[in-house]
Amino acid sequence: MDWSKKRTPLQAPDKKGVPEGLWVRCNNCREALFRKQVVENMNCCPKCQYHFRLTAKERIEMLLDDGVFEEYDADLTPADPLNFTDLKPYASRLKAAYASTGLREAFITSRGTMGGIPVVLGVMEYNFIGGSMGSVVGEKVTRAIEMSLTEKIPLILISCSGGARMMEGALSLMQMAKISAALARLHAEAIPYISVLTDPTTGGVTASFAMLGDLNIAEPKALIGFAGPRVIEQTIRKKLPDGFQRSEFLLEHGMLDALVPRPQMREYLIRSLRWFRPTESKV
Amino acid sequence: MAFEGLDFEEALVALRKEIAAARSSPDSDPDHLQRLVDQHDALARELFSRLTAWQVTQVARHANRPYTLDYISMLFEDFSEIHGDRSFGDDPALVCGTALFRGQPVVVIGHQKGRDMKQRIYRNFGQPKPEGYRKALRVMKMAEKFARPIICLIDTPGAYPGIDAEERGQAEAIARNLREMSAMRVPIVVVVTGEGGSGGALAIGVGDRVMILQNAIYSVISPEGCAAILWKDARMAETAAEKLGLTASKLLALGLVDAVLPEPPGGAHADPQAAAETVGASIAKSLSELQRLTPAKLLDQRYEKFRRMGVFTLAAES
Ligand SMILES: [Zn+2]
Repeated sequence: MDWSKKRTPLQAPDKKGVPEGLWVRCNNCREALFRKQVVENMNCCPKCQYHFRLTAKERIEMLLDDGVFEEYDADLTPADPLNFTDLKPYASRLKAAYASTGLREAFITSRGTMGGIPVVLGVMEYNFIGGSMGSVVGEKVTRAIEMSLTEKIPLILISCSGGARMMEGALSLMQMAKISAALARLHAEAIPYISVLTDPTTGGVTASFAMLGDLNIAEPKALIGFAGPRVIEQTIRKKLPDGFQRSEFLLEHGMLDALVPRPQMREYLIRSLRWFRPTESKV
Repeated sequence: MAFEGLDFEEALVALRKEIAAARSSPDSDPDHLQRLVDQHDALARELFSRLTAWQVTQVARHANRPYTLDYISMLFEDFSEIHGDRSFGDDPALVCGTALFRGQPVVVIGHQKGRDMKQRIYRNFGQPKPEGYRKALRVMKMAEKFARPIICLIDTPGAYPGIDAEERGQAEAIARNLREMSAMRVPIVVVVTGEGGSGGALAIGVGDRVMILQNAIYSVISPEGCAAILWKDARMAETAAEKLGLTASKLLALGLVDAVLPEPPGGAHADPQAAAETVGASIAKSLSELQRLTPAKLLDQRYEKFRRMGVFTLAAES
């Protein structure tokens, strides 16, 4: 019997992030941990380095200098163009997402500095309908790219998404083309773009901007793929090998440039931004 | 050709058999034949004017529907297939090649499904793997190098969801095509001829003109997949098809395609030659418009076309 169960009402481990309370339990090694210790370790388990999920805002505050940022396009709001209903109306899913996240969409566009270097940083919010990409996410990502293009500032996009949002039909699909076209312009102008993939990144997000960085890096053990594991299992009617579609698997198959544990992420990004910075003679 | 008909077209199929019999009979009455044809066309128009989204999906997937290689043989001359991505392998689910279109050198790229079970397996049910998308990209790059237009025909359930496809970077292959197609300095004309299955369709779909046949579909996910995820019940596919807005007219209304191409009465499979003529005429018209533009203008227009896609509001509260 685990002693901590009796003493502290430990929150059920969820994938959303570090639960509230003095003590938390690691989703991976099941260790009972001081919440404070986990938070100090960038929301990673001090024992096994399990990466708890972060909110978009936590991610931004963790990466930018002094956690200071300006937000853009925060008022862009989904419009339910198909008047979509499944078991619940899309409109009420949106209302619930507004209430639980305080956001209008699954993406925050921020601008700040990292190691003194100006950067456009866009981060996906998984708690907003699984970080899915509809018209607004597509528009915000495109505007972030265009801001980076106009201002000649490096771009960092952090993915965390189940893919294109079904409730906006083909409108969601076409965001992949819209974003990729904007990235083609950034590419042509040699403005650096670093893509950071976190758990999970699948579907239309992987198959567009997440795989188009000058650098594509990922946190350890993140689920990354085009098709979701359940779809693949149903298609091939076989059990999937251990570690399939995890960051380490992608690295081994040549699909990622580096695995960067969260506690080293800021340092890694600053080092890369410095490498990309135009040399004196060019300026 | 073995017939695999749909329940709502039974009467039409019977009429088409009668028409074929009348045509091949040496002593048939021309008036009788004409009456049969008129009867077929009237019934077809009536039935097809009120198809549900789910029925349209079935027409789009019809086993007798013309496929890419059928369109190639009806619309192009001197087709030479180009195989392989020069990196891993060839992909029979996506065919590419050089050809002449009305005398003009072009490249043609399209998903290919199989007619019988052996062919279906060989073509992987029209579901490309990364090497297919990488082959398509290298053929498009060659077209760009030699200033030849690119014609793409879309007809796929989707990119293949399998272990090998994931290992070789299905997502990266699709993403790269999206980015590279948007910057290709030659005209790209896209026709959705059957199933436009999500990212696997779009990966050859970033064009200056995107047209769709009347009974083709284009969707973010298959109705079955959507039903399984959102309704937790694949049997809700019919409802999902309705909700997803995947029909040609809906896509046109949402500004996601440039034109809907009418199909012959009874659908493209009822008269493949007539369907091909419509597709050919629309490709010719698009090319003549696009070839007047400078590459810079062409790229700007292509960018703006996709840039506008999306529906949202600025409401402070909703
Ligand atoms: Zn742990």
